Amino acid sequence: MSASNLPDAEAGPGPVDVVLTINGRTHVVRIEPRVSLLDCLRDVVDLTGTKKGCNQGACGACTVWIDKRRVLACLTLAIACEGREITTIEGLAENGHLHPMQKAFLSHDAFQCGYCTPGQIMSAVALLAEGHTGDDAEIGEWMSGNLCRCAAYPNIRAAIREVRDGVPHATR
Amino acid sequence: MTTIPFTEPLGTAGSCAFSVAGTTENAQDIESLAGAAPAGPARIADRVRRSGQVAQVRPADATRPTAQVRVGARPTGLDVRVGGGVGSSPQRPDGRLKVSGEFAFSSDLWADDMLWGATLRSPYPRAKLTGLDLTAAVALPGVYAVLTAQDVPGRRVYGLEHADQPVLAGTEIRYQGEPIAIVAADHPETARRAASLIKADYEVLAPVTDPDAALLPGSDRVHADRPNLLRHVPIRKGDPAATAPVVVTGEYQVGMQDQAFLGPESGLAVPAEDGGVDLYIATQWLHVDQQQVAACLGLPQEKVRLTLAGVGGAFGAREDLSMQVHACLLALRTGRPVKMVYGREESFFGHVHRHPARLRYEHGADRDGRLVYVKASIVLDGGAYASSTGAVVANAATLGIGPYDVPNVVMDAYGLYTNNPPCGAMRGFGAVQACFAYESQMDRLAAAVGLDPVEVRLRNALTTGDRMPTGQLVEGPAPVAELLRLVRERPQAPAGADFPPGGTANTTRGEGVVRGVGYAIGIKNVCFSEGFDDFATARVRLELVGGRPAALVHTAAAEVGQGLVTVQAQIVRTELGVEQVTIAPADTSVGSAGSSSASRQTYMTGGAVRAACLALRARLAARLTALGRAPSTSDNDKKGPFLSAEEWVGALEAGALEETVEWRHRPTHALDPETGQGDAHVQYAFAAHRATVDVDVELGLVKVVEIATAQDVGKAVNPQAVAGQIQGGTAQGLGLALMEEIQVVDGMVRNPSFTDYLLPTIMDMPPMRLDVLELADPHSPYGLRGVGEPPTISSTPAVVAAIRAATGAALTRVPVRPEHIVGA
Amino acid sequence: MMDFLTPVTWADALAVKADRPEAVPVAGGTDVMVELNFHRRRPAALLDLTRVPELAAWGRDGDVLRVGAGVSYTRLIEELGGLLPGLAAASRTVGSPQIRNRGTLGGNLGSASPAGDGHPPLLAAGAVVELASVRGTREVPVADFFTGPKRSVLAPDELIAAVLVAPADGPEQFAKIGTRNAMVIAVSSFALALHPGRRSVGTGIGSAAPTPRRAPEAEEFAAAHLPWDGPGPLDPDLARRFGELVSAAAAPIDDVRGTAAYRRHSLSVLARRTLTWAWEELCE
Repeated sequence: MSASNLPDAEAGPGPVDVVLTINGRTHVVRIEPRVSLLDCLRDVVDLTGTKKGCNQGACGACTVWIDKRRVLACLTLAIACEGREITTIEGLAENGHLHPMQKAFLSHDAFQCGYCTPGQIMSAVALLAEGHTGDDAEIGEWMSGNLCRCAAYPNIRAAIREVRDGVPHATR
Repeated sequence: MTTIPFTEPLGTAGSCAFSVAGTTENAQDIESLAGAAPAGPARIADRVRRSGQVAQVRPADATRPTAQVRVGARPTGLDVRVGGGVGSSPQRPDGRLKVSGEFAFSSDLWADDMLWGATLRSPYPRAKLTGLDLTAAVALPGVYAVLTAQDVPGRRVYGLEHADQPVLAGTEIRYQGEPIAIVAADHPETARRAASLIKADYEVLAPVTDPDAALLPGSDRVHADRPNLLRHVPIRKGDPAATAPVVVTGEYQVGMQDQAFLGPESGLAVPAEDGGVDLYIATQWLHVDQQQVAACLGLPQEKVRLTLAGVGGAFGAREDLSMQVHACLLALRTGRPVKMVYGREESFFGHVHRHPARLRYEHGADRDGRLVYVKASIVLDGGAYASSTGAVVANAATLGIGPYDVPNVVMDAYGLYTNNPPCGAMRGFGAVQACFAYESQMDRLAAAVGLDPVEVRLRNALTTGDRMPTGQLVEGPAPVAELLRLVRERPQAPAGADFPPGGTANTTRGEGVVRGVGYAIGIKNVCFSEGFDDFATARVRLELVGGRPAALVHTAAAEVGQGLVTVQAQIVRTELGVEQVTIAPADTSVGSAGSSSASRQTYMTGGAVRAACLALRARLAARLTALGRAPSTSDNDKKGPFLSAEEWVGALEAGALEETVEWRHRPTHALDPETGQGDAHVQYAFAAHRATVDVDVELGLVKVVEIATAQDVGKAVNPQAVAGQIQGGTAQGLGLALMEEIQVVDGMVRNPSFTDYLLPTIMDMPPMRLDVLELADPHSPYGLRGVGEPPTISSTPAVVAAIRAATGAALTRVPVRPEHIVGA
Repeated sequence: MMDFLTPVTWADALAVKADRPEAVPVAGGTDVMVELNFHRRRPAALLDLTRVPELAAWGRDGDVLRVGAGVSYTRLIEELGGLLPGLAAASRTVGSPQIRNRGTLGGNLGSASPAGDGHPPLLAAGAVVELASVRGTREVPVADFFTGPKRSVLAPDELIAAVLVAPADGPEQFAKIGTRNAMVIAVSSFALALHPGRRSVGTGIGSAAPTPRRAPEAEEFAAAHLPWDGPGPLDPDLARRFGELVSAAAAPIDDVRGTAAYRRHSLSVLARRTLTWAWEELCE
């Protein structure tokens, strides 16, 4: 199907080449300009760690970083990310070593089904950089954009506190 | 054939570049797992290859190769090296995958050459489908199949209890969003557009939407061939004409709650060379899906093979079929793998919801607050199709007076058809609706007799040796009074809160804020009831790997986030003392495990795994005895290693040992259709909540400040997972109390989105204080009691009671809206 | 002509918009993307404004602040919280932290949603929207900008350049009702600005009429009756009357988020409370 097959009312721009830097790697993708970063990551670049929960910015499951700031991939045009530094959950571990926040989520059991977890972790790490981990109230306000239907919220708070304080949870 | 450039990556290897990348990563995943389990059992590798998890690059010249399915790392078997046995909280074996983004949920699946499915749904809740013109859809380039009800080769209806729900609507449309036609195309956008190009003509009819009216004799029938009354469960105990000096009455309503799992319905169907189909699916019960899908496809069950894909939450919403049959139909028709993924809006139409209910209660008591009788009528709106309405009605009836000892009961629970969205399973089903009503009534009774709300409950608390309204004896611990005392005795929440009602939106600086405390307790049945043949199958295999014993556990039980894979490994470690445990992917090549619902899987699949382990112990002992080497211990209860390293080698060097056990709980029995008498349930579980809220009484905004809860879990097989279930269940009850409702007007859903169907955020979830009792049930494995549902049941009425305490408002409907509190 | 248009200067952006008036401007994307994702819109051209540096800047222009349309909510909170406290307070309630990192003041105005959280404080502050095209620049008071639900005076060839607003010269308040404690679309919202120097009061109502709107009678009443000369505790009856007048200025409807009656009621409470707080702040 090409754009010419679409009725005029639905015709959009045709596909174009877009160069994206994702987790330090350069990807050349051919996408329509209307494509969200979320769909591009999942369906084109094959990075499926970023999840689609609502596709309208109301759940936080697709939280990624652009130039180190957390944003929602579903509300971001992929093409508008050219020249930006995109970081996804797959880019958080270094050399196979989990990020301390990933470890803390594990040790505190800060998830159940795990569907929201990549987004939670991307927000939680950003929270540290933003300086929004002062107390539970602050953590709550600044994590409130990431829904967890399993409601592992108490453990998410605990995991963030642990990384903030630099004191690992007792190993089991 | 035109191609879609949209998803094709640009790269020197063309479309294969994509697969290559996936393959490489995936292979590394498998290696890293295998690396943790050096030279793991050969059958695991076989399984991996057979189900295609080791992705292979499609040959460039292949036209229709056997699909290579990339289903990610999850189904390659979860290796458990870390952690202990029953009673400990080892790390989830799938946890590393989940925190790293590598865990493959059903929506992450991919197959080379796959097509995408889309569904055309009815915009009307009730209509006759008078015409369907597929021409434009079929003509759209990139479209491979457009199927309607005529294309369903087998049984055209499905259902958990009654097969009454069409795979695709024929002429009758019975709810808004009912599937009418399905499309497969080479791009999701094309599939969606093709569906929208189908011309459907409707004769729109007035929907049947009022549950009470639907029960009247003159009502239109939702299904022409049967009455709207789907099930009536009466319960009669004692004297139906009993009278009492104190009488309180109430009428309550529960709105339609959605399970709202975050990972929408999705799956991948892959046609097989034998004419069958392999379906990778997020579900709660592989085998009941298999039965229904096979029947609808007109295939023998063995040709419909299901493998569990990663499940992004369930909570009851994955008990019924959604896209399973559709994806398989399209795959078989096109000969290509077909992936279907619902968006959030479609998800609201794609699964059943919690039954809305109208509940009318009359409680009679003496002046000391001791209950003399309860009369109740519960009407549960099942919507257009039966789903599990029958079981929901039975739960509401049999558990509908709560964990109280009442001599005289007249209970009638009804489930019915309407043209509202179909309703079925959701966490705590039947018990949730009733608990809101009976606990509200207990507070009214407390007020009427001048007692503290906890005291009136204590005076009527059910205990061991009492009989339920069904006549069933309450065996084993029933610590209703103790749970109530535990939450009452918890120190009160400190004054103040991290946020006022309204959060950070600056609605109050303390003006109008009143604190309230409310209590509630609930009861839930665990496992399947009413004589259902409820069983679980487990296969455990022992063999030497690198000179050391390794166990492989294979069940069809659905891990939905509750931690069942962790628990299975814990049980094996406890029973066999084996360090190395691998949990095989759940699929239908082993017997049914039953559903991941009714708080039953640790009990049932846990019980089956344990039984298989015990059978293996016997065979190990026999082998050693035959070798003239009596085992160092054969005491099943003995802690510590079962065999020495040397004994393991001796026992297993002759070959692997494998046991498959089909395990059942003790039988239950049907309810008498006239009196509702019968031993219908296998186990009862109890939880109590104390909710502390701050209410802005002028604005009607609520902040839950703290929740204290106490629950008897019999045995905390995994204490960390138990706590997670209690917190999660409590939050979903809080959501029902305060914000979660699918708003349906004239059969139409008005808020199918997460901007208007509100789930609790981290700011809505208060700190929780947990008391977990471990009072063993003599009938269950390890004495455990199902954990998942009880917290959902009593948290709703506790929160509402707290709001009432703060405001004095009657609040007879959940979710409570600000309008209800301020009377605006 | 490209279909994804990425001007890097303001002049280019205006030229492109003149040439392709059907092009849909995208800044933070938080509204446009939902329409794209849900297949409600398939524009023939998208106009990416994120690379126009002028839009992302703010600064003083004489007595007023000129806030570029591309300034994000996060920056409004972090950089302008002291100068525009009402707008910053409203920004803090927009969506989620992730959305606040991308969503912009100009995007909010362009969408012209009656529920836009940024609108009431702009109304209360008497802000002016600067619209630009190759034809020139015009300034439209925010109160005249909205013409209906999701409609504004923006011409097809125009772009929103900036918002011109005086720094707060007195207490500002913003309060918003939602049925959960975070990440929620307003059921109703109210913004207030006191201008003690000129003894006037500004108001803004959100989510309670086809457009964001002021409550002129309430403003006049408060300006006339607030005890500007002898600062002291506010007469509760005055605050209550103010609340009633704000409520009366609304024209709400029943919808899934709340009833019209509750919207009116909550506005009266929010207006009364915020006036009381603002007055207390003034007296401190």
